[in-house]
Amino acid sequence: MNDMIVLNDVTKSFLSDRSIKDKDGKPHWFTAVEPTSLTIKQGEIFGLMGYSGAGKSTLLRLINMLERPDSGQVVIDGTDLTTLSASELRIARHNIGMIFQQFNLMSNQTVFDNVAFNLKISGYPSRDIHKRVMDCLAIVDLTDRAGHYPAQLSGGQKQRVGIARAIAPSPKVLLADEPTSALDPATTRSLLTCLRDINEQLGVTIVIVTHEMSVIRRLCDRAALLHQGQLLEVADVRDGLIQATTPIGKGLVVED
Amino acid sequence: MLTGTELSASIDKLLVLRKEIVSAFIDTFVMLGISTTVAIVIGGLFGVFLFLSSDRQFLQNKTLYGVLGGITNFMRAFPFVILMIAMSPFTKAIVGTGIGPIAASLVLAIAGSFYFARLVEQNLREVPRGIIEATESMGARPFTIIKVLLNEARSGLVLSVTILCISLLSYSAAAGMIGGGGLGDLAIRYGYYRYQTEVMIFIVIVLSIMVISIQASGNWLANRLDKR
Repeated sequence: MNDMIVLNDVTKSFLSDRSIKDKDGKPHWFTAVEPTSLTIKQGEIFGLMGYSGAGKSTLLRLINMLERPDSGQVVIDGTDLTTLSASELRIARHNIGMIFQQFNLMSNQTVFDNVAFNLKISGYPSRDIHKRVMDCLAIVDLTDRAGHYPAQLSGGQKQRVGIARAIAPSPKVLLADEPTSALDPATTRSLLTCLRDINEQLGVTIVIVTHEMSVIRRLCDRAALLHQGQLLEVADVRDGLIQATTPIGKGLVVED
Repeated sequence: MLTGTELSASIDKLLVLRKEIVSAFIDTFVMLGISTTVAIVIGGLFGVFLFLSSDRQFLQNKTLYGVLGGITNFMRAFPFVILMIAMSPFTKAIVGTGIGPIAASLVLAIAGSFYFARLVEQNLREVPRGIIEATESMGARPFTIIKVLLNEARSGLVLSVTILCISLLSYSAAAGMIGGGGLGDLAIRYGYYRYQTEVMIFIVIVLSIMVISIQASGNWLANRLDKR
């Protein structure tokens, strides 16, 4: 399989709260991602796992450049995103869908319009938009909710709208930032099945951030174990078990 | 309580003034219409840029935010009657005269713009940050993101227009100072200076009805637009 996502020594730090100063009196920079390299293959479901503050969400947001890395390269499907202009980056992002913990749907737009919005901005032919929206809603089993507003849906349904919206322009990559953390266990299971089906049917590469080991065990092919901004190891997931080898990695895995 | 004769005498006094009342009503409508429209456009643009240039937004720029915020604060610091006098050279240059309802509309529009700018900024701040982020992650242009923001904030924006409109109605009472006319001016001239209390009471009732209907329609529309 081809390499879909290649991170080359990416780093990211943030300026801390003003009250925290270094010894020399300068503002403190907090390192969210230490130099990290990672290769994710086409069609893979890849987990980013760690406690809060491990830098997993930041690492995910580097992949579509919602956060720009301080150094290093972000190569998606052969293109280094760090070299692109603002408008080239917008085009590249049509190829990278994203779903969020808090769903982030437009609350004043219907389910249909939320999905159609992503097609419009990615330049999908307008006469085909209706069919494509309905097809995507069928994939997530929500065709009967097309005219509803997000507030009329349950959490699980909202997240499925998020998925339909993200996959509508047929992206090659789907980024999922804690997509099940706001959902109950039963809803989580059905959402994971939905993601698995999408991966198998559409061949989309999925990168999922989570702090729930069970999500990694049920869904992922491999997972990166992160701790305090560092990549400890990339573990295989076989027979529903995360094959960690490092001491901290093993500690992370047995927590659940 | 009023006796029948007193009441009919009061109504007679109002009837004598009916031409003035009608023309004051028209003046108020003209001032309110022009100033609200202009304030929505100018204040809306100003408010959007205030928001976008603030911290963590995509036009984030401390200098720009400082300048826009400074202008807004400075303009909002003017008491309205002083703004009318201070702006008279400007209104003369634009509409050819420093007095009358059109000149007063311009002053109202400027005062309203900076007031509305802050309301717009505040409304946009209430849109969850995640929505901007999701829109960015899809590769939307900045202009599209602004449209999404405004649409998400739309019911709050309608309520802000309602507040703007009622504030301008209240400000317009002072427009008599530069010959703007209008209901408030009529109430002051007849009701206060000429001791015709019934004129004052009548106009206050008319103004109250206007405020109540503006607020009620604003609430109704905001409610209809709110799908959150």
